[in-house]
Amino acid sequence: MRVVAVNGAAEAAGVAPGMTLANARAVAPGLATAEADPASERRTLAAIAAWCGRYTPWAAADGGGVWLDITGCAHLFGGETGLLEDLIGGLKSQGFAALAAAADTPSAAWAVARFSAHGGNAMVIVPSGKEETRAALASLPVAGLRLAPAAAEGLGRVGLRRIGDLFELPRAPLARRFGEALTRRLDEALGTVEEPISPRRPPSPVRARLAFAEPIKHGAAIAGAARHLLGELCRKLEAAHQGARRIELTLYRTDGSRDGTAIGTSRPMRDAAHLEHLFRDKLEGLDPGFGIEVMVLAAAAVDPLPPTQSGLRVRGRGTEDGVARLVDRLANRLGAAGVVRLHARPSHIPERACRALPAAHTMNPAASMENRPAQARPLHLLPWPEPIDVIAPIPDDPPAVFRWRRARYRVARAEGPERIAPEWWREAPEDASAAERRVRDYFRVEDTQGRRFWLYREGLYRPDRAPRWYMHGLFA
Amino acid sequence: MSPPNGFQRPDPALIADLRARIARIERQTPESGGSPGALSLGSPELDAALPWGGLPRTVLHEVIAADWAANQTAAAGFGAALSARLAGGRGTVLWCRRRRDPWGRALYGPGLAAFGLASRQLIVARGRNETDVLWAMEEGLRSGAPAAVLGEVGNLVPGAARRLQLAAKAGGVTGLLLNGAGGAVAPGPAVTRWRVSAAAQAGAGASPRWWVELLRCRGGAGCAAPAAWFVEWRDGTTGRFAVVAAPGHRAPGPAPGGDVAGVAAGGG
Repeated sequence: MRVVAVNGAAEAAGVAPGMTLANARAVAPGLATAEADPASERRTLAAIAAWCGRYTPWAAADGGGVWLDITGCAHLFGGETGLLEDLIGGLKSQGFAALAAAADTPSAAWAVARFSAHGGNAMVIVPSGKEETRAALASLPVAGLRLAPAAAEGLGRVGLRRIGDLFELPRAPLARRFGEALTRRLDEALGTVEEPISPRRPPSPVRARLAFAEPIKHGAAIAGAARHLLGELCRKLEAAHQGARRIELTLYRTDGSRDGTAIGTSRPMRDAAHLEHLFRDKLEGLDPGFGIEVMVLAAAAVDPLPPTQSGLRVRGRGTEDGVARLVDRLANRLGAAGVVRLHARPSHIPERACRALPAAHTMNPAASMENRPAQARPLHLLPWPEPIDVIAPIPDDPPAVFRWRRARYRVARAEGPERIAPEWWREAPEDASAAERRVRDYFRVEDTQGRRFWLYREGLYRPDRAPRWYMHGLFA
Repeated sequence: MSPPNGFQRPDPALIADLRARIARIERQTPESGGSPGALSLGSPELDAALPWGGLPRTVLHEVIAADWAANQTAAAGFGAALSARLAGGRGTVLWCRRRRDPWGRALYGPGLAAFGLASRQLIVARGRNETDVLWAMEEGLRSGAPAAVLGEVGNLVPGAARRLQLAAKAGGVTGLLLNGAGGAVAPGPAVTRWRVSAAAQAGAGASPRWWVELLRCRGGAGCAAPAAWFVEWRDGTTGRFAVVAAPGHRAPGPAPGGDVAGVAAGGG
């Protein structure tokens, strides 16, 4: 067993990563150990990367650390120094000791954070510029280039121990001897080639962020902050000629945990008042915990939306736009499947002829969706036809009396039959008699009190089999 | 000290003026005449029975069934016809109901289309429970977007109808309450209350027909309630109601049942 990582006290006592456990125990007899758990470490790192979403949309956990792309973000925290101080302080309050570095290239930041920063000076900022980056890297060990262990050892054997030793060497022989990876890493660290790194999640194109000097806890404060963020987001969307289809709100709590919610809209939208209305119910479900430090609002999905002359448009009363807004509000509480339109489908099987589709996805149904059948159809349909007991004078006739849901109905009048055959082109080939059994003869019957029902007899009449009857719908 | 002026008999003219103002407030429609805020039902008899010369818009109306279990489809049909008439072929109707209807009945598009509610005009909001249904109704009424909002409710919590009435007024939308609790509930803030039961049709392929009772209308003078008619829905370019003569073979009773045919039991 070997030592993987040490804390400050163990390091001071002379224990170093890579030692065997027996050696380490000999050096520091009182050493407390715990078995390494890489999976749990990865999870924790991922959580830290997510927590770092408060600083930049671009945060990724990788190789025992977290990358943050703070391009264009640092000024929000009073510069790079302010950002790193806040970051280290925030992690420390959660019980994590962190070393941080900021540099022009990801590789340089990686190397400096691991080899320049230490307990006494947890934060190193490499000033911007090629020469400055070069100078900061020169004194660091070659391991700072993220090399395979074999390559680092090979360099050590020929006396190349510092990154600075490599600067002046001819590239071609270096690459031949130690591999392409070495020269590529060197170029990446110095910024002569771009290094691709992958973020935790694709950054949202439009986002707004608000940090609080004092953590906020109350619903009214959260609603106020959300309103402010929505206003900012909508201005950005307007500038980009875009409208949001989905907006995500993330709350970063003081204890490092997160909460969030999202809304969707049926059409691209950047009307802050409407979006605020959609968020209103959602905000109540959020748990501020011990207080919220940072709120981030991001348009996760956007569509082009050309600018409109807002001052001249009459706010929609009874207009299509007003209906779309209403559908949004309803769908955000009831779910997309809770707000539907009843669309016609080209089928003559009654239960297939009408389908409920989410209204949010079908704001402008075509006129062809008109579903006015030639024959009378019931207002209420039973989702599953219910068997009924029937007394019919002649087997082929409509019933005279029937019993449905434990009540008896006497038929005063009947119309029919309307024969509806199964859709043979839809179904697996089978023998003709099976299809014959599923033919339905529909009757419209009226009972003695004027109530009208839609009944059907299943199958063609056969003398050897009692016909089966079903209740399928009710007429108004 | 002399006592203050004792109780004085108030001026009768003042009392009359106050009464008139209360009547105007209760009527809840644009002042006098009523026609701009009222919807003609397409039948002179029905329009004449209502003090506004039609069904007032931007208020709440209530449709109940003589026996909910037996006549709820009839009541829903009457509600669908009213809302189609309110939408007038262009507006949108929001129909709020439970996702799991307690009676196991689903709205059927082709059947609704027969009342003039085409799929592009009808949005169905399906709530998990009654609270959701009332919430959806209130949102719809307040938004001002639809022409009519129809909701199927069973047990109205106290104050819910009042909220809906205020929302209808604020949004300028007509609300229709299909109240399954029926006559059991005390008269609410709804401006009119209609009781619907099924009625025998004129013949094969005839128009839908109901026995419709106007139980009350708030607003006082000129209201014919209680009154009752056989009403048919005449489908056409714009659907309309028509009062028809009583059919000879059946005398409608206020409480159907007691016939050989029993009443459909609940559940399902």
